[in-house]
Amino acid sequence: MSQLPSQLPSGLLEKPRTIRALRAAIADGSASASGIAERYYARIEQYNPQVNAYLALTREQAMEQAAQVDARAAKGDPLPPLAGVPIGVKDVLTMRGAPTTAGSRILEGYRPPYDATAVTRLREAGAVLLGKLNCDEFAMGSSNENSAYGPVRNPVDLERVPGGSSGGSAAAVAANLAVATLGTDTGGSIRQPASYCGVVGVLPTYGRVSRYGLIAFASSLDRVGPFAASVEDAARVMEVLAGHDPLDATSATRPVDDYAAATTREVKGLRIGIPEEYFGEGLDLEVRAAVERGIDALHAQGCQTKRISLRHTRYAIPVYYLVATAEASANLARFDGVRFGYRSAAATNLSSMYRLSREEGFGAEVKRRILLGTYALSAGYYDAYYRKALQVRRILAEEFLAAFAELDAIVAPTAPTAAFRIGEKSDDPLAMYLADIYTVTASLAGICGLSVPCGTTAAGLPVGLQVLGPHFGESTIFRVAAGVERATAEARA
Amino acid sequence: MAEVERVAELANLELAADEAARMQRDLNAILGYVDQLRQIDTSQVEPMAQVSELFADGATEGNGESLRADVLRASLERASVMAAVPETDGAFFKTPKVIER
Repeated sequence: MSQLPSQLPSGLLEKPRTIRALRAAIADGSASASGIAERYYARIEQYNPQVNAYLALTREQAMEQAAQVDARAAKGDPLPPLAGVPIGVKDVLTMRGAPTTAGSRILEGYRPPYDATAVTRLREAGAVLLGKLNCDEFAMGSSNENSAYGPVRNPVDLERVPGGSSGGSAAAVAANLAVATLGTDTGGSIRQPASYCGVVGVLPTYGRVSRYGLIAFASSLDRVGPFAASVEDAARVMEVLAGHDPLDATSATRPVDDYAAATTREVKGLRIGIPEEYFGEGLDLEVRAAVERGIDALHAQGCQTKRISLRHTRYAIPVYYLVATAEASANLARFDGVRFGYRSAAATNLSSMYRLSREEGFGAEVKRRILLGTYALSAGYYDAYYRKALQVRRILAEEFLAAFAELDAIVAPTAPTAAFRIGEKSDDPLAMYLADIYTVTASLAGICGLSVPCGTTAAGLPVGLQVLGPHFGESTIFRVAAGVERATAEARA
Repeated sequence: MAEVERVAELANLELAADEAARMQRDLNAILGYVDQLRQIDTSQVEPMAQVSELFADGATEGNGESLRADVLRASLERASVMAAVPETDGAFFKTPKVIER
């Protein structure tokens, strides 16, 4: 983040204070949660028109929560772990009474009657929830250009995309319009925008964080996870999000580790795999150089690095686009104009109400994926496409399991390039899908991963390094990421 | 083209004429790309629909897939749900006629 493009007003890119510092300042009375929230709303007012990260603000609820935190601090009561921390929420997660659109016209004006579990957990941890963040429609996209409410712009270079689908969540942290944010990742939607915007983004293990209240895209892949400006802050938010929830039947009952403590442990002795398939054709040379510097730094800190092969990786994109679209075609059937959201005024009977409401309410990429998924599931094509994809999915997942039998973590680029220009790929869906080439495999396998900044290109665009860990290996990936972060900070200093 | 229209009908989507042509082009490109999966012999591989299927039998406990007890409990309040409905009489969802004479 050291090289700011000169055309930007100073102050757009700003590193937030750490959660630890904010909490300490509120506890000792040198700052108030209300004052901090006001400052964030002032920044949002100033910079959101350029970035378009927020779709809705929840100021009333936020200021009420901040006042409660301040009252506790004034009494000298112990503060919860995220007391007074300003956090934004991706608009695919429900917040009671607040507009929730999933970036789609079909949910314009919808205000859900309940909170997502991730939102409840943040509230109970004292977080001040500032508002709802822009994203690709129903989390389908890799650039945030598919939002019905306009693209999000990358705060590092406003002519470039922030990545997607959690583009607003990544951009909000990069521009300090929140200290941390919630995103969702189905094929890379947290890690890839984190890479493009120069922030930390975490994909928790499938089952680690409840999806109750998440508007479903592909249920066997969808996950909720945090963005933050540092590995330690991401770990602190993860500690709050993780844990069993009886309202999500895929939620794991295992105990949650102390992730923040993991970030302070040295990486010496960890066995790190470097998969050759993630460094092949299509990888930008500057991205490659930055990631290799990160790997060298881990080696210098005492990690055992080892070249490995995950030879079916090239099949992950085709598998992903069949599995994800098949599930999406079923999940999105609920948007039919009956119970919530948009209903076409032109409808004359029930059938035309379904069709016209969906035709007028959904954007092009959503329709494309519903059609592809419906086709892959339809009679005569199910075995050739959907079932075949599920079989290759197992091969990809077992390849990871075999690798982790001898490794603590795998390190690779998060994305093949740095942030591309707005409009550059919007006419070619297949080219856009390839932006996820290094992230989808972990999504299919259910393992955990994250993206941590490891440097910039000559033009100053951030590059993310991806750390992948086995199922429920979050502590290890936080530990490795902290090692990369320390080395990157030293290289900049 | 007839195929795109058939799939659109299955998906309850109504496509404009220019939209159908574009979708056909895009879907053909994507289906051509996914055809590379045929290169892999999967005759001995079980499909994996859920992450929990990766773990050995019985290991799903703690790893996800936990079922709650089947007991009655309160659900959302009707009024708060009905507030989001496009057309309602307060108790029911209203739609255009289902059966036409």
